[in-house]
Amino acid sequence: MAIFVNENTKVIVQGLTGGQGKYHGLRNKAYGTQVVGGVTPGKGGTDVEGIPVFNSVAEAVAATGATASFVAVPPKAAPAAILEAAQAGIGFVVCITEGIPAQDEARTFNTLKRDFASTRLLGPNCPGIISPGKCNIGITAGEIAQSPSAKGPNVGIVSRSGTLTYQALYELKQLGIGVSTCVGIGGDPVPGTSFIDCLAEFEKDPETHAIIMIGEIGGSAEEEAADFIKANVSKPMSAYIAGVTAPAGKKMGHAGAIVSGGKGTAQGKMDALRDAGVKVGLNPTEAGSLMSDIVKGLR
Amino acid sequence: MDLFEYQGKQYFARFDIPVSAGGVADTVDQAVKVADCSQYPVVVKAQVQVGGRGKAGGIKLANNADEVRTHAGNILGMDIKGHVVKRVWVEHASDIDEEYYASFTLDRAAKKHLLMLSAQGGVDIEEVAAKDPDAIVKLHINPVEGLSTTVAKKAAVDAKIPAKAQDGVADILVKLYRCFTEGDCDLAEINPLILKPTGEVHALDAKVSLDANADFRHPEWEEFKATVELDDREKLARDKGLQYIGLDGFVGIIANGAGLAMSTLDVVNQVGGKAANFLDIGGGANADVMASALEVINFDKNVKSIFINIFGGITRGEEVAKGIVEALGRVDLRAPIVIRLDGTNAEEGREILRNAGIPQSKLVSKPTMLEAAKAAVEIAKK
Repeated sequence: MAIFVNENTKVIVQGLTGGQGKYHGLRNKAYGTQVVGGVTPGKGGTDVEGIPVFNSVAEAVAATGATASFVAVPPKAAPAAILEAAQAGIGFVVCITEGIPAQDEARTFNTLKRDFASTRLLGPNCPGIISPGKCNIGITAGEIAQSPSAKGPNVGIVSRSGTLTYQALYELKQLGIGVSTCVGIGGDPVPGTSFIDCLAEFEKDPETHAIIMIGEIGGSAEEEAADFIKANVSKPMSAYIAGVTAPAGKKMGHAGAIVSGGKGTAQGKMDALRDAGVKVGLNPTEAGSLMSDIVKGLR
Repeated sequence: MDLFEYQGKQYFARFDIPVSAGGVADTVDQAVKVADCSQYPVVVKAQVQVGGRGKAGGIKLANNADEVRTHAGNILGMDIKGHVVKRVWVEHASDIDEEYYASFTLDRAAKKHLLMLSAQGGVDIEEVAAKDPDAIVKLHINPVEGLSTTVAKKAAVDAKIPAKAQDGVADILVKLYRCFTEGDCDLAEINPLILKPTGEVHALDAKVSLDANADFRHPEWEEFKATVELDDREKLARDKGLQYIGLDGFVGIIANGAGLAMSTLDVVNQVGGKAANFLDIGGGANADVMASALEVINFDKNVKSIFINIFGGITRGEEVAKGIVEALGRVDLRAPIVIRLDGTNAEEGREILRNAGIPQSKLVSKPTMLEAAKAAVEIAKK
């Protein structure tokens, strides 16, 4: 088991013929992911190192039976690419694109919600997802992820920050702890998949025995996750919040102050998570060693 | 990117939101000239990106040219909460019957747009929000559906805006929403939104924050960028296209990804150091970006050591290493580098660094973030 993606997931890469799409698409394939096709309008019929390229997602799905898509196209084209995938019946879309305007993200998210409720979007501006040993979609270096052990205990990772996602994988690998799935939800204002979505899946997943959560300052996603954990998560957790010493963010006028109501600081987030029973580390390494203690207790 | 009031008003005007006629001035003479062209009495308003400027004496009424001269003279150069006033906005003084508040922003939790509207606008809106939250109507708008005049009118009724002003307020809300969405704002706020004795509703202030990600479709933002206030380090960083925020510590920081950069600041702090900056070279950074980053850090005379913290995903280790080697050839770095390189192609990167013949006094490699932070702080304190 794993969450969202596993060894049966068939992936197409939208933008496979572009620089990022080709580099990471081929790396994902080399990792063992079933990368069954690529999509670039106008380049249908060609191939990238043996991976067939199609003109549209619909054609690619018809020909390959793909169930997931990896969107690696520039910010201007990404919202349309995401919606095209949803329209073609893709159930899981990973978008790594950085720099999509917030208005476009908000529209895309709400369009998916209204018209394509069965499609889950991960990202944008996220590192992707890896179920070690089974499937890797996105930019994570697969070799830093420890595969889950059959007898467990294994850890699920959910993170809002790209590089800190790798850091968490790396910390667990150093400790020899297996990972069921590692999800990078991305730090953009309107992420398609939230902490809560992932926590709910990890709670259900029999292969996941404990969870690490990596958050950062700003917004209120961590506080909402803390409320959810209190009520719904029985598995032990450790967490790290980046930005304790970060400079104060952009002032958002009165509106920001009113909306946030004092939420958004690293301290506030750490307090909320501690209150929900989560062990909170002051740096990624500490969050890793706290998890190590948890795992030892489970063995 | 936060706009000054006068820029916000110019931006509002593009969307037909009524604002007062006026002009911007950076000298006393210019302020008088603008005032003479407007109709007296006029208001002289400090242009700073900080709240509370009225209470600080940065907004004054002037009935004639002499008074404009006095007020503009006092306000230009004034320090308001650390912001020095470089420009004033001079506009015809509006007669005010009532003051309201209106804003649009993105509610990240709800993933929808949020309208906030209150009949109790003006300087104390944050106090109103704290003491009497019900006085502010909060309405979520689905970005797919948008805001209709009917819904805007209902919001005005719910906010207890008097009947005579409801249509005017609804009209401005629809225009402000267009400004917020089509204009790619993170925030579009009017406080106060005023009702004049003549019955017209009018934006007396403008607070606009633009979404930098939407820059590609707004060539008209060029003029706003020219007035962004940066220190010399930040200017250099901007010219090189880097995400840089200057701080007052002594350990220069270069990391890839905002989260890792923040985390690096935290760890440096935990081991007794203080970061000189926040610098995120982003995903997919190549040798050229790394070289530019080092040049920017080198420009900061307070930097005593440089901590490069790279965890490769989209950023490739060998590119980072090439960048460092290239930068060491291009610039004479004042401070030694401590590097922690991991992730995609990290081993290739480390090998490039090992084989480049860089002396140990200039570059130290450490396997973990914590060890590298300790080494960087130790070197900086020597």
